[in-house]
Amino acid sequence: MTLRIAGRLWLALVLFFLYAPILAMAAMSFNASPFYQLPFTFSTEWYVKLAGNAEILAASWQSVWIAVVVTVIATVLGTAASLAFFRYKFPGKRLLQALLFPPIAIPWLITGTAMLIFFFAIGIPRGAPAVIVGHVALAVPYVIVVVSARLAGFDPLLEEAARSLGATQWTITRRVTLPFLAPGVIAGGLFAFAVSFDQFVVSYFLAEPGDMTLPVLIYTAIRKGFTPEINAISTIIIVVSMLVMLLAARGFRFGGDR
Amino acid sequence: MLARADRGRLAGLLAPAYLWLTAAVFLPLSAMLWFAFLTDVPFGGREASLTLDNFARALTNPTYRILLGKSLELGLIVTALCALIGFPCALVLAKAIRGRAREALFLLVILPFWSNSLVRIFSWAIVLRGNGVLDSAVNWISPWPVDVNLMFSQSAIVIGLVHSYLPYMILTCYLALQGIDDALIEAARSLGAGPLRILWRLLIPLAAPGLIAGAVLIFVPVVGSFMEPRILGGRVGTYFGTVIEDQFIAVFNWPLGAALSFCLLAVVLVILAIAAPVLRRAA
Repeated sequence: MTLRIAGRLWLALVLFFLYAPILAMAAMSFNASPFYQLPFTFSTEWYVKLAGNAEILAASWQSVWIAVVVTVIATVLGTAASLAFFRYKFPGKRLLQALLFPPIAIPWLITGTAMLIFFFAIGIPRGAPAVIVGHVALAVPYVIVVVSARLAGFDPLLEEAARSLGATQWTITRRVTLPFLAPGVIAGGLFAFAVSFDQFVVSYFLAEPGDMTLPVLIYTAIRKGFTPEINAISTIIIVVSMLVMLLAARGFRFGGDR
Repeated sequence: MLARADRGRLAGLLAPAYLWLTAAVFLPLSAMLWFAFLTDVPFGGREASLTLDNFARALTNPTYRILLGKSLELGLIVTALCALIGFPCALVLAKAIRGRAREALFLLVILPFWSNSLVRIFSWAIVLRGNGVLDSAVNWISPWPVDVNLMFSQSAIVIGLVHSYLPYMILTCYLALQGIDDALIEAARSLGAGPLRILWRLLIPLAAPGLIAGAVLIFVPVVGSFMEPRILGGRVGTYFGTVIEDQFIAVFNWPLGAALSFCLLAVVLVILAIAAPVLRRAA
């Protein structure tokens, strides 16, 4: 019994450790003092300042539209590849599936610097197109994993039945497979959005200094000496990315038992 | 063997994703290896010739060796702490809590991992610095003034990294522990095994794939980390990763940066190769 209580206490402590700094950061974005001084005086001053900060607004817009483009491309590419893995047996299949692992497992510092070198060498300078190419490559493996997990619960006989009733491959995909897959595809897309929107390392090496994404701008600001404005924008980012993941979790269970 | 029409469809479905991965990941990694053997960047009208100097510098210069050692040590410390903190947490989630509460708590643990890592490191800067949240909290409780300033120390870096990667360990251990049949634990208990014995002889060996998978997934990115040491370590935050960052962002010695990056990649690949059989079983 004491073990049970100790276990729960431990879990509570871990949750405190995970959330306390985030909550402290959020609280400080509503504190009037520009030097993070207590006592706490509630103020929305930093959010008002944020709304007038052209640099941060530009970077936010940059981050959002890049993430949307990345989501669309990565979801289409990843869903197509998952369908191929689901429908066909072919030589080299396991090798191709294993190749999805390096983009996830190799530290982004290595992938990012390698992209910088290669893109520069073939004439893609630092900037939004380079960032998009890089983000899509990082997001595609996640989409394939998530969509494949959903496909695992799909009965191939359904496609077979549609075929025997005379449906073409395209009709089958559009009318039978994709409707079943929709929750998986949406979850995969949300993952792709999160990978791009939260991506710092690869953007840092590929973004143009004058045209930064939000995380790159925050990193630069932190190193120059920051104000609670950075807390405010950081709080918004963390709320957005947690909401995106909560939505994704509805379509894709992280290995939970159901 | 597939029919011809099927082969066409298969290629049509797979080619876009894999061509993209090739152009954006595999070719760049190859190009980086090639670059590491050059004297200078081969564009902008500059002359570049082949050389082994970059690798020689990366491998023999004591500074880089020491920093690589420091990064590996950081990886070990963070991984060990994550295992010590995360395993009991996963155990409680997998075996002591049921139903909707478990689902909600599990999501709560995993959620920060999927939020912005840079912002989470920044939040520790707010907490740890002198006159920061932790300092104020301790001084509010303590009857005499205490100076708490953990910022710009190795402890700050370790705290930030454990915070970043702990959910990974909890996730992999939870999945492994969930696969253990409760009847096994019941059997051990009815045969007179105490909790410690069950932990050592039953739970840890059976959950080993989860522990190892978590350890690899944490160790690898920590060895290559540079943003966390920069923000939380300040002047003491020089590691192998930050040196690579400098070559690309500040010093602009790309060939040396490529050679250093490649050495790091070699370390990572060796670790992944050793762990691959276990990871495959855990997946």
